Amino acid sequence: MALLEVKNLGITFGGLHAVDNFNLTLEKGDLYGLIGPNGAGKTTVFNLLTGVYKPTTGTFYLDGHELKGKKPAEINKAGIARTFQNIRLFKNLSVLDNVKVGLHNEMKYSTFEGIFRLPRYFSTEKKMNARAMELLDVFDLSENADTLASNLPYGKQRKLEIARAIATQPKLLLLDEPAAGMNPNETKELMETIHFVRDNFELTVLVIEHDMNLVAGICEQITVLNFGTELAKGKTEDVLKNPEVIKAYLGE
Amino acid sequence: MDRKNNSPLEKKSSSLRPTTKKNLITYAMVIFFFVLFQTLSATGNLKHAHKALLVPVCTSIIMAISLNLVVGVLGELSLGHAGFMCIGAFCGSFFSVLMKDVITTTWIRLTLAFIVAAVAAAVAGILIGIPVLRLKGDYLAIVTLAFGEIIKTVVNTLYIGKDANGFHIAMSTANLGLEPDGKIILNGPQGISGTPKNSTFVIGFILVMITLFIVTNLMDSRTGRAIMSIRDNRIAAESVGIDITKYKLLVFTISAAIAGCAGVLYSHNLSSLTATTNNFGYNMSIMILVYVVLGGLGNIRGSIIAATVLYALPELLRGLKDYRMLIYAIILIVMMIVNNGSYFVQLRERLSIKLKSGKNKKEVA
Repeated sequence: MALLEVKNLGITFGGLHAVDNFNLTLEKGDLYGLIGPNGAGKTTVFNLLTGVYKPTTGTFYLDGHELKGKKPAEINKAGIARTFQNIRLFKNLSVLDNVKVGLHNEMKYSTFEGIFRLPRYFSTEKKMNARAMELLDVFDLSENADTLASNLPYGKQRKLEIARAIATQPKLLLLDEPAAGMNPNETKELMETIHFVRDNFELTVLVIEHDMNLVAGICEQITVLNFGTELAKGKTEDVLKNPEVIKAYLGE
Repeated sequence: MDRKNNSPLEKKSSSLRPTTKKNLITYAMVIFFFVLFQTLSATGNLKHAHKALLVPVCTSIIMAISLNLVVGVLGELSLGHAGFMCIGAFCGSFFSVLMKDVITTTWIRLTLAFIVAAVAAAVAGILIGIPVLRLKGDYLAIVTLAFGEIIKTVVNTLYIGKDANGFHIAMSTANLGLEPDGKIILNGPQGISGTPKNSTFVIGFILVMITLFIVTNLMDSRTGRAIMSIRDNRIAAESVGIDITKYKLLVFTISAAIAGCAGVLYSHNLSSLTATTNNFGYNMSIMILVYVVLGGLGNIRGSIIAATVLYALPELLRGLKDYRMLIYAIILIVMMIVNNGSYFVQLRERLSIKLKSGKNKKEVA
């Protein structure tokens, strides 16, 4: 059975069909790309899949469970985590605490146990710290564990966002332009990290990206969106040669 | 990383996590000033007028800390905080007046009054919180302001009496229908009189410490991180599976319960309790907000200092007569600039870096 199944998903804002008739099937372990010119509706697809917007038509399933109309927090608990195009970190929390917020639903103790420092507080916090440091290690952030998130350099902020998303133990990870603002070296490093994370945490990854090097480098398959509709779909190298796609990106 | 090592008995202070260290300094500061003022008043070195300030200062500290939980930690502006204090004060006093002859041990009665008031204020917090917390920003501020006023007005129009038949509740004395042996406990705008004056500086201090314990431990826990993540970025918090409504309501409730306890402390320091604009109206709510903002949003120690200084100042400046409020205003402005002005912020940062490097040098040597 497919991990993610999106059927005829669409949303209209007023009279505008921001996304129309969007279909997608992801198998477990896929590394899938979603590309398209500016304003094509890529981030809107992410917002639909994470419950930020409610779809006007269609529906989607994760592992066979219908998630249409659920709240963002519920969708995360069901197994979809995301990053944001414009970075959204918890700026006044430390890097470590950012990841620990991601562990919120994975490792629990009650508010009461937290206030009165009962044994479970100490044992769970210890586990949380260990797990968070493990994740920070993957992203080369362990040295910055005590830094405030807002004081991190840009590239590391992007990585921290991914680390925080992975902390929620998702089945499906949505990355919204992870390489935006990175230099070629950082992008290359990021590509390796995404590969590593996919294999190591048994994730399925759906990524929006403008950087064609990254798309060609890591995505096995892609969908091209234009004006909210699907323009092309298939193996990355075939799609990128498609004259329609080239036309959409470069004009005639 | 091991939090168990954070107990002060096991390790040197240098190995403490920064938040734990910060909290310990706050506790130490409160204890130091308690001991100082307690000795001063015991040895008779404190003027009567100044002694009378001790309990109200504790009240405003507790109010400031509890409001800071909503405004500074959760990041929602609430302007009706005095309303919860009002509920606590009246429920606590009501309980004490009712039970004065039944429970004669003071500390048991007072403890029960605190519990009754905390529960009543918490219930009010939940009831008001459910509709109100759907709003954000300015809208939330306006509606909480209104609820604060509503609470005060309702208390002012209620008459509650007790006779052999039980309780009577009405909107005027005439409708109360009490038996001749009955006694009015809550008398409309005249409020509750005859509350035993049980509040002492020691009780105030204990309550401040309990509040500190609850709030600082809450902030440094899984729940606290969730709350602060909502403040920093609501959309991202939702995206990592945090239930926004649940935590907003939780903060609102805890904060209301603590404010209710502050109300009991306040009402048991007066023999007659009435609800006016100055003690439970928006004046008070704004005053507490001033303590919180000047002390620093999310900064518990700052709230304590600001509440103490700003509450005590107008009284201490009484000797200056007409110039009193002028000087008070100047002090407010100076505090604001020193706290938030970019020059002073940079100065503080530079100083802390210097201090840190100084320490490191010593350790190397």
